[in-house]
Amino acid sequence: MSAPLSSLATGIPTALPISNNVPIPEIPALVFPALLDTLIMVGIVMVIVVLLGVPLGALVHNLAPGGLFENPALHQTISWIVSIGRSLPFLILMASIVPFTRFITGTNIGIAAAVVPMAIAGIAFFTRIVENSLRAVPHTLVRVARASGASPLQIIRTAQLSEALPAIIGGLTINTIAMIEYSAIAGTIGAGGIGYVAVTYGYQRFDNTVMLATIIILVATVASVQLLGDRLVRLATPHARDRQARRAKAMPVPA
Amino acid sequence: MISIEQLTKVYGHGAHATVVLDRLDFRVDAGEIFAVVGPSGAGKSTLAQCVNLLERPTSGSVLVNGENLSQLGERQLRAARRRIGTIFQSDGLYSRRTAAQNVALPLEYLGVTSAEANRRVAELLDRVGLSDRAGHYPHQLSGGQRQRVGIARALALRPLVLLSDEATSGLDPESTASIVSLLKELRNDLDLSILFITHEMDTVLQVADAVARLDKGHIVESGRIVDLLRDPASALGRALRPARPHAAPQQGETHWFLSYTSAVVPADWVLRLASELDTPVSVLGASIETVAGQTVGHASIGVRAVDPARLVAAAHQLGLDARPVFDRPDAAVPAISVDAAIPTAESSPALERVA
Repeated sequence: MSAPLSSLATGIPTALPISNNVPIPEIPALVFPALLDTLIMVGIVMVIVVLLGVPLGALVHNLAPGGLFENPALHQTISWIVSIGRSLPFLILMASIVPFTRFITGTNIGIAAAVVPMAIAGIAFFTRIVENSLRAVPHTLVRVARASGASPLQIIRTAQLSEALPAIIGGLTINTIAMIEYSAIAGTIGAGGIGYVAVTYGYQRFDNTVMLATIIILVATVASVQLLGDRLVRLATPHARDRQARRAKAMPVPA
Repeated sequence: MISIEQLTKVYGHGAHATVVLDRLDFRVDAGEIFAVVGPSGAGKSTLAQCVNLLERPTSGSVLVNGENLSQLGERQLRAARRRIGTIFQSDGLYSRRTAAQNVALPLEYLGVTSAEANRRVAELLDRVGLSDRAGHYPHQLSGGQRQRVGIARALALRPLVLLSDEATSGLDPESTASIVSLLKELRNDLDLSILFITHEMDTVLQVADAVARLDKGHIVESGRIVDLLRDPASALGRALRPARPHAAPQQGETHWFLSYTSAVVPADWVLRLASELDTPVSVLGASIETVAGQTVGHASIGVRAVDPARLVAAAHQLGLDARPVFDRPDAAVPAISVDAAIPTAESSPALERVA
C-alpha cells in the first residue's frame, strides 16, 4: 500500500499516468489480505446473523396467526421493525446508525464499525428468510408433533426448523452473498476488505488492473459460496442425496 | 375406552359464531372400532382435533377411561395427549427423518433414553411389518408403508385410544385393505379403542364395528354396522351399501327390494320364497356378504302378479324385509320415499298402490 502512495507524493509525472497503477506483481499482496478481511468481516456478521436471525424468524413465524404463540400485536410490531431494517438501502442504513455503531464499538471506521450495520441488515434479511422457509413446512407436521406430546421448543426444533433446514441453508447462501456485496459498500467507510480496494484503487484511481483483479476475486468468491451452499442443501435433503448417489453409482437406491 | 360427552365447538363470537360441533355424544369401548363418517365440512377434522386435544372444546368433555382430559391446563394437556395415539393422513412423516427416527419422535419428546427408544422402535416397526425399512426415508416408502410408519409412531407411547384421522384417504385400495387389517389386528392384540374418522363409506364397511354419521356438526344417525345394514329404513345403512346397478324386471313382473333383517336367513331363500308363493322369483341383483362375522344381504327381485301382503309375510318368515320398488327410468335402487312411507313392513298402507 505504501508503494503507490509514495509515488503519488513525489508529484512528478515520471512517465505516463499509468505509473500510478499498482504494478501487476504487487496486486496479489494487495488483494489477498483484503479478501481475508472481507471473509473475516462476512464471517463474523454471518455468525451474528444466524444466532439472532433463526430465533427471530421462528418467533415471527409463530407469533403470526396459526402459529404456536399467536399474538397479532407483537407479530405486527416485530414485523414492522424487520421491514424497516429491510427497506433502507444499505448505504443509508450504515450512515444513519453511525451514532449507534460508535456507541457499540467505540469507532465508526474499520471492520468493527462495518460489522454493526451489516449485522443489522443481515438479521432483518435472514429473519424473513427463516420465516418464509418455516411457512413452507406442511402444517400437519406441527399437528403431529403436538399430538405426540412435544413442547413448543421441541416443535420448533423438530417440526419446523429441522424440516425447513434445506430451505434455510439455501437462504443462508443468498444472505451470505448479499453480505459480501454489503461489505464492499462498507468498504467506503474504511472497513477494509476487497470492496475497499475496488473502490479506492479501481474506482477512484482508475486502476483497471486492480479493478479487474477484484472483480475476478469477487466472482470467484461468490461462485464458491453458492457452490458450497448448493452442496449443503443437497446433503440436507434426503431425496436429493439419493438422486446424487444414483447418478454417481448409476444403480438403484440400496435397501 | 373413550367417551365423548356433549362435545360442542363454536368458532367466533356473537353474531359471527359458527357451531362446528353440536353436543356430540358417543363412546368407543375397548376393543371396538368406531367410525365417524360425513361429507367435507361436516366437522370431522374439528372432531379429530378435539379428540386428540389439539383444540379445546367450547363445552362438553373427552373422557379416556373415565378421566376428563379436555379441561386440563396446557402442561398436563401435553401429558394427556400421550394417552391418545393419532394416525394422520399419509403426509404426516418428517421428510428428513428415517422410518425409525419418525417412529422414535414421541419417545424423543418424552425424553426416553436412546437405548430404550431404539428397542421400542425396533419392536414397533416389527409390529407393523417394516423391520427391513427402518433406515428408509419417507420418499423411499410407498403410501401404505408410510402409513404403517405413522401407525407405529402413534403406538409408540402405548396409548389406550387410537385416533385415525383420514388415515386411509388417498391410499390405493390394496394399501387401504392392508392398513385396515393391520388396525383390526392391533385392536384385537392391544385391546385398543379406535376412532376412525373418514369420508370413505366403503372403508367403514371394512373396518368398523359401529358408525356414526356426522352432518353439519350433528350426529344424524349411528349404530352398529350390522344393525344398520339390516335396517331397511336406515339412510346410513343404505349409504353403507355399495350402489350396484341391477337388471330391470321383466314385463308383467313387480319389482321388490329385499333386505336380510335377521341372522338366520336360509341360504336357499329364493327357492323357498318361490315355492311358498307358488310363482317364479327372478333375481335381478343381489349382494350377500359377511360383515363382522354376520351375514347381511340385499336383493332386487322380480315377481309375477302376487298378493303383496302374502309376499311380505312369506319374506318375513324367512327373515327378510320386502318392499316394493316403483321403477322410474333413472332409478335402479329403491326410492327413498318408499322407506319413509313404510315404517314397518307388516302394516303398510303403501302396499295398496302395488296391487
